[in-house]
Amino acid sequence: MDKILVGLKRVVDYNVRVQVKSDGSGVDTAGVKMSINPFDEIALEEALRIKERGDANEVIAISIGPAEAQQQLRTGLAMGADRAILVEAEAGVDPLTCARVFKAIIDRENADLVILGKQAIDDDASQTGQMLAAIWGRPQATFASEISLDGSTARVTREIDAGFEVLDIDLPAVVTADLRLNEPRYVKLPDIMKAKKKPLEQIALADLGVEAAARITESEFKPPAARQRGIMVENVAALVGALKDKGLV
Amino acid sequence: MAKILVIAEHDGSALNPSTSKCVSCAASVPGAEIDVVVFAKDGAEVAAEAARIDGVSRILTVERPENEHALAAVLAPQVAALAAGYSHVFGPSTTFGKDLMPRVAGLLGVNQVSDIMSVSGSHQFQRPIYAGNAVVTVDVPADTVVIATVRTASYQDAGSGNSAPIESASAAADLPSHTRFVELKTGSSDRPDLQSAARVVAGGRALGSEEKFELIFKLADALGAAVGSSRAAVDAGYIAPETQIGQTGQIIAPDLYIAIGISGAIQHLTGIKDAGTIVAINKDEEAPIFEIADIGLVGDLFQVVPELTDALG
Repeated sequence: MDKILVGLKRVVDYNVRVQVKSDGSGVDTAGVKMSINPFDEIALEEALRIKERGDANEVIAISIGPAEAQQQLRTGLAMGADRAILVEAEAGVDPLTCARVFKAIIDRENADLVILGKQAIDDDASQTGQMLAAIWGRPQATFASEISLDGSTARVTREIDAGFEVLDIDLPAVVTADLRLNEPRYVKLPDIMKAKKKPLEQIALADLGVEAAARITESEFKPPAARQRGIMVENVAALVGALKDKGLV
Repeated sequence: MAKILVIAEHDGSALNPSTSKCVSCAASVPGAEIDVVVFAKDGAEVAAEAARIDGVSRILTVERPENEHALAAVLAPQVAALAAGYSHVFGPSTTFGKDLMPRVAGLLGVNQVSDIMSVSGSHQFQRPIYAGNAVVTVDVPADTVVIATVRTASYQDAGSGNSAPIESASAAADLPSHTRFVELKTGSSDRPDLQSAARVVAGGRALGSEEKFELIFKLADALGAAVGSSRAAVDAGYIAPETQIGQTGQIIAPDLYIAIGISGAIQHLTGIKDAGTIVAINKDEEAPIFEIADIGLVGDLFQVVPELTDALG
C-alpha cells in the first residue's frame, strides 16, 4: 500500500495523577507533563513496522490540537514517521469533528490505512476511530492486538471481553490499537536531530472545510467518590473472620 | 417523554448481563419508555430472555443471516435506521458496545456520551474521565438524539419478572461485505465470567510466573470466583489479556474483590472501585491498593494464598 495515516493526540502524561480544580471548572493541567497518548504511540509503531516490512511507502502522523502539539508530532517524526500534519485547533476537539478532520485528510492524501489509538487517556471516550470508519463507509477493526496484511485485505485480531475475535477487512480501513499490539521503540538522539528536518505542515481547522459537530458540553467536574480506607488484619485466620463477619464467605 | 432503545448484547444463545444493566440506566431517565432490540441470525432464545427484564415495554428482534456475528459495520446501519423512532439509544460500555455505538453515532452525525455513570436529566449525565480521576457532568444538545454507552459497573441488574411482548422488526439498511468474521478464540474456562461474577480473585506481577498464577486459580475455584489480573501481569505473559481489569481493560463491580500481589496503580483501581468489598494481599505495606482496600493483609502471597485457599476450601 502507499500511505498509512496515524493520529497522535497530545494528552496529560500517563504517570500524572490529575486533580480536579477546586472550583469544579475542569482538571488542573497547568504545568503538567504532556505526551503522546500511549495508544497512539502503539498505533504509530505498528504503522512504522508495516512500512519497514516493505508493505507501505509512507507514514503520516496527524495531530489535531494547539500549536504545542508540534512537540508530539516531532516525537512521532523522530520515531520514524515520514511527515506530519498539525490541524490547529483549541485543545479538546470533540471526537466527531476529529473524525471529520481525518476524513478530509484521507481524501486529500488517498490513505489506504488509518491506525489510531483505541482511546485517549484524557477523555477516555474511545470514539474517533469508529466514527471515522462510519463516515468513511469503510471497515473498522477496533482494539487490535495483531494485524497481518495480505494484499488488499487485513486480518486483525481484536481483544474483546470474551477473548480474541479475528476479522478480515478490506482496505482501506480503520484499525484502533490496543495495548498488546506492540511495544513502541525508544527514540534515539540522532533521530531527534533528523526529525527536525522532516516536513511538518500546519493547517488551521477552519481551512479544512470541515463542519464542526454539535458538541456535548462539559459543565461540572468533581473528584470521584472516595473509598474509605478499611482495616488491616494480621493473618489469614483474621482475614477469614472478617470475610465471615461481612457474610462474604 | 424519553423513548429509549437498548441494544442487547448476546452470544447468539444467551443474553449478556450488561443488557439488564443498560435497562437499569435507561429506567433512570425521566419518563423513560424502553425497548430492547436483539440483532441475531435466530433471536428467539435471546429475545425470550430479554423479555423478562423489568421495565422493558417491548422486545424487537431483527433477524438476518448477516447478524450472526456482532460486527459493528453490519449492525450500525441497522441501529441507525431504527434510531429514527427514539430519543435515546443505549449500549453497554463493554467491547461490544464500545465498538458499535460510536459507529452508530458517526452514521447519525452526532457525538456520543461514553460510559454513563449516572443520569441527572434526559440529556444530562455523569461520566468518568482521566482513568476515573474526575467525574464530569455532560449535556447533550436538546435537539439531538442521545447515543450513549452505559458503564455497566455503575448499575445493578434490572430484575427479571417481566414478560414484555416480542415483535419482529425490520431495519432497512444496505449491509456491507467489507468486514468478515473469521473466528472467536475464547479461553475455555468453567469459571464464572469476569463481568458478572459476584466474586473475583485477581493476581498481579508479584506472582512472578505463569506457573505461579495457578495459586490464583486455586483460590478462585475454592471461592467459585472469576479470575482477573493487572496489566503488569498480562504484559509479563502470566495470564490472558481478557482478564485485565482497569482503565483499558474490564471495569467490574463484584461483591468481593481479592487483589493479590497487585500494587494498585490508578489505572487498575478505576476498574474495581465499585466493588462491594476489596481485599488486598501484598507484601509491601506502602502499596497504594491498601488505601482503598476494606480489608488488607501484609504478607508473602506464596504463604498467605495457599493458607487462605485451604481455609476456604
